[in-house]
Amino acid sequence: MLEVVMKISLVCFSLAMLGLIYRLIKGPTTPDRVVALDAIGINLVAIVGILSMLLKTHEFLDVILLIGILAFIGTISFAKFLEKGEIIENERRH
Amino acid sequence: MKTNDVILQTASKVVFFIIILFSIHLFFTGHYHPGGGFVGGLMTSGAIVLLLLAYDIETVSKGFPIDYKILIAIGLFFAAGTAAGALLFNVPFLTHAFGYFDLPLLGKTSLHTAVLFDTGVYLTVIGVTMTIIQTIGESE
Repeated sequence: MLEVVMKISLVCFSLAMLGLIYRLIKGPTTPDRVVALDAIGINLVAIVGILSMLLKTHEFLDVILLIGILAFIGTISFAKFLEKGEIIENERRH
Repeated sequence: MKTNDVILQTASKVVFFIIILFSIHLFFTGHYHPGGGFVGGLMTSGAIVLLLLAYDIETVSKGFPIDYKILIAIGLFFAAGTAAGALLFNVPFLTHAFGYFDLPLLGKTSLHTAVLFDTGVYLTVIGVTMTIIQTIGESE
């Protein structure tokens, strides 16, 4: 019973990911695409969590935290590039 | 328009320590669970990259006054020294040994010389990634 529920939710998450991929390809501006990429990362977290429940293992739990951290750093660097034009500054200027 | 990064800087001050703790956990869990020196080193350099994003190269190098090229050398020295230390006991190169010890706070603990080799991998990965990122970031 629970397995059927998990498979249905996997299908729902992949449908949500298809919508996000549509926004990633179609999105008229760059911030649209960045937000779509961030949401795809969070969707991947959910998929890995459900998959590790389906496979009855807890060895993938580190991957969840890893994807979360990487999506955070990636989104921040994209945002900083869009705002300031460079990602890592030499010295602080106001 | 004047911009400030108060939210980014305050958040990354907190998140930095969480990522460092996670990387240390990944490093020490590598013998029995997924993880190890490579992922741990990449996560540690990811935390330093987050500080580089929130602040700038000068501030971060004031906080961590480390020459990352020397860190590569220390890591390679750890790996080669662990491998060559086996020769002192008349066993082949890269032979590892382990034993069970009663540590005062931790109780019965299995200590393995592969951790020293992994420390070398950890330091080398941090050194290489931070050297690459800093060298690309500094060039105008």
